[in-house]
Order: sequence, then structure tokens, then C-alpha cells
Amino acid sequence: MKTIEEINEKISSGKAVVLTAEEIIDYVDKKGATAAAKEVDVVTTATFGPMCSSGCFLNFGHSKPKMRITEAWLDDVSAYAGVAAVDLFLGATQLRTNDPANIDYPGEFRFGGGHVMEKLVARKEVQLFALSYGTDDYPLREKRVSFTIDDLNQAVMVNPRNCYQNYNVAINASDKPIYTYLGYLKPGMKNCGYSSAGQLSPLLNDPFYRTIGVGTRIWLAGAQGHVYAEGTQHSPSCERGRLGVPSEGAGTLALTGDMKKMDPEFVRGVSLRGYGTSLSVGVGIPIPVLDEETLLQTTIRDRDIKAQVIDYSTDYPERTGKVLASVNYEELKSGSVEILGKKVEAGSLSSYAKARKIAGMLQEEIRSGKFHLTAPISPLPVEQGMKPMKESD
Amino acid sequence: MSSDTKVTRKLMLYFPECETEKPIVYHLVKDYDLVINIFRARVTPEEEGYLVLDVTGTEENIEKGENFIRSLDIKIDTARKGLTWDSESCAQCGSCIPHCPTGALSIPDRKTMEIVFNTDECIECLSCIKVCPFGAVHSLF
Repeated sequence: MKTIEEINEKISSGKAVVLTAEEIIDYVDKKGATAAAKEVDVVTTATFGPMCSSGCFLNFGHSKPKMRITEAWLDDVSAYAGVAAVDLFLGATQLRTNDPANIDYPGEFRFGGGHVMEKLVARKEVQLFALSYGTDDYPLREKRVSFTIDDLNQAVMVNPRNCYQNYNVAINASDKPIYTYLGYLKPGMKNCGYSSAGQLSPLLNDPFYRTIGVGTRIWLAGAQGHVYAEGTQHSPSCERGRLGVPSEGAGTLALTGDMKKMDPEFVRGVSLRGYGTSLSVGVGIPIPVLDEETLLQTTIRDRDIKAQVIDYSTDYPERTGKVLASVNYEELKSGSVEILGKKVEAGSLSSYAKARKIAGMLQEEIRSGKFHLTAPISPLPVEQGMKPMKESD
Repeated sequence: MSSDTKVTRKLMLYFPECETEKPIVYHLVKDYDLVINIFRARVTPEEEGYLVLDVTGTEENIEKGENFIRSLDIKIDTARKGLTWDSESCAQCGSCIPHCPTGALSIPDRKTMEIVFNTDECIECLSCIKVCPFGAVHSLF
């Protein structure tokens, strides 16, 4: 048994033993769980992939004369101005004004909120265009100005749903191609799309949220952020397999961090043909090895993590609940899986290579004493379902 | 290598302004005994044009064919490629992999899952451009 305080002392003195969620698997195989739980202090987990429910709050400071912004666009992407005078919220999936969307099907969706966020973090110039109706104390009615993130008072990433614990695999059983947020799916189940870092993914290494909770300090695109709430649609009550790892979406996290401290490599605008825009974000979460049980949870392997295959041509949009098959991440990562006796090519939207890099970067930050761990200030629900939309009175 | 050993070379032809009326491919086949495989072309009169093709033949004949092409004021562009992959923009996700018909885009090491692009294998079908979420692949024309 170790406490977070003890682990943090070891981190401060540069003596913490830190392994990635990939390295820990072989390590425990070699040393045994009891010895490894004593030796290892922290296991680093990570993920990098499209997380649509992301955005940021920006504060511009006041113009002279002052302006109470009521409508605003950042590089022609509409930002929500229904907060205080010079605060804006920009959402990752907001399309650029006049984007033809799917009028010319499939739309290309080259630029949206996620791309503006990428430009901000990369310290590139972005144009603000703001309108107001004018008041006695805030008379200015229009403003157009170029700015960078350094001109802002605050740029805070606020992502209501990131780090889906697991995710389904999209396939197309129809006879027409379809365009989804899991990629372009050829007809007749020729390919499938998935999106998870598997054995490296944060919540798959802490399936019952014993160490990750509200208040947990995280690595968010290079900045030190934290979990501010359970993520939207957090629904841990679901089918679970080995070590209690869910085979469905299950848990989610709401994350926040200072965009001024982020690394542009891990904040990337995403264009999904026929679907829309989004943002790929890199997240790293350390798991303190408090006891043998927390350690064992981190030894989950790709082959033991199952994902449900769902037909995105009918069952997904119609919410029939039908699952075509179950596959594991070792199969998915091999590049092809067998589904209903048919060889299907698998493509990922989540980047395992980037997740590996993040797990390694976080490992290095902890080893060198730059990143300390926190205990949650409140736990995430372990039993909770997800309601469908209420559709009629 | 003996002089009649056949080799294959990928050429990108650049037409500064397409004024040539000559049937280039016909002459490459008939006069220089070259096997031609055209990947992609955009040849529009009075505009600049591009033609990307494989030529297979003896070194000598390929050289003669190249000289013939140059004699028509068409440039053989060796520096630029019709399709380029930007390793910096690539986020290493792999959504392109099932859509690349030749394996030019591939994941050789399934442990690291890093994406590799081999331009020699690329037939410029442009499938990857349509599915890349990060705009990491570009077409010159």
C-alpha cells in the first residue's frame, strides 16, 4: 500500500518509478504483481483522437470604447457570445459560416472550430469579428481585429466529454458507401473504423475510476489540466469483460486546461468528409499504483479489450441496439478483423503512435519531478446509465 | 546490368502551356519501345498540364524517350511529386490505411503503429486525400 503523498515525495526527489501502460504489461509478467506493485509508483496512460465535445472559453479584454459582444466569429467560425461582454465560447464542431456542409455531398468540412483552436495553440493570427447592439455603458457596435492567443487574458480549453472509456467499431453493411465520424465506410462491410488507444487508454486502465476522479491532475495537450466533472453521457453501467473493462463506451471525462501552455502537436483540427469538423486532443493521465489491485488493472492488454461492431448504415442511426459482432483491439490494430466470417480492413481514427508518445512524455515529466499526482476531490459515478432523448409529451 | 535489362521509372511531366499537338505516348511506345502506365493526367489546352506515368524499357530507350519529351518543351519534373504526404501534418491515426490500394501508406510496425509513406508505391489514386482528417496529403494538380 502506498499513498499519493508518498508517491509525490518520491517524484519530488526524482526517485519515482514510472512505467507506461504498455511497459507495465511485460514488467508485471516478469516480476509478478506483488513485487511490481511495491516497485512501481506510477503508470502513465494516454490517448489522442477526435473528441467532438471540446471547446474553449476566450477572454479578449475590453476595447476602447467598450463593447458588449452579442455575436462573434473567429476566422468566420461562429463563437457563442451569450456570456459576459468579452467572453466567448468556441466549440470544436462549429462549421465556418457559409460552409456548404453536405449540400455538395459529401462535404469536405475543411475548417471549423477545431481548426481555430489549433491555430490559437500554434500562436497563429486569428481574426475576431464581433457585433453588438450597443448600450450606454458598452457603446461600441462592431469590431474586426486580428489577434493571437498571447493577446487574450484567458484561453481555457473546456471539454465536456473526452476520453471515452471504450468505443464501438463502425461498419457499413449496406450497398452504398457512407461517411461517418469513424471514417468513410465502403459498402458490403469492406472496411471498419475504430477509435481508442486500447491498452494505453486512460479509463481502460482504471475501469472502476478508483484513482481517476473529479480534480485529478492530467496532461492535456502538454499543459497540466484537470478533470472538472464526469463527462457528459458518462454511463458506467454496461457490459464488462476481463478485469472489469467495458466493451461499450461507458465512462467519460470532462477536462479543462490552459490553452496558452499547450503544444500544437496535440491540438489538431479534424475534417471528416460527409460528417463535419472536430478536434483531436492528446490526453495523458497518470495512475498512482496504490496497491496490487490498481496495478493489476493497468495490465490490461489489447487482446483482452473488446469492442462492439455496429452497422452505421442502419443500426447506429436508428438506435436499434443491434451489435453485429465483437472484436478486440489486438485484431483491430493488426489491420484486419474477421466479422461474420468476412475479412474486413480496419482503420483507426485515434492515433496509437501519438498516444504512445504522450504516455512517454508524461512518464518523463513525472520522473523529472515536473508533474505531481493528485487524489480526486470527488469520485466518478460507478453505476449510472444513459437516458435517450425525451421525444414526446 | 546489361544494356537490354528493362527498368521502370516514374515520371512526372509538366506542360508549362499545353500547345503540343503531338501524341506523346504513341511515340514513346512506337519509337522507343517503352511500356507506358499512366497514373494520372490533367492536360487542358492553353493551361499548364501534368502527366504522371510509369515508363518501362531499357535505360537507353528511356533516356531517348526523355530527350524526345524534352524536345517538345515539356519538362520532366524530378523534384516535385504529384502527390505529397506531409509527415508533420500527419497525426498518425491510420484512417487512410484501408483506403490505400497499393500499400504506399502503411504501418510496417504494429507495435509503434507509425504511418509510413513510400512514394514509389503510390499510384496517385487520391483515395487518401478524401479520407485524411488532417489534410496531410496534397495533390499538386
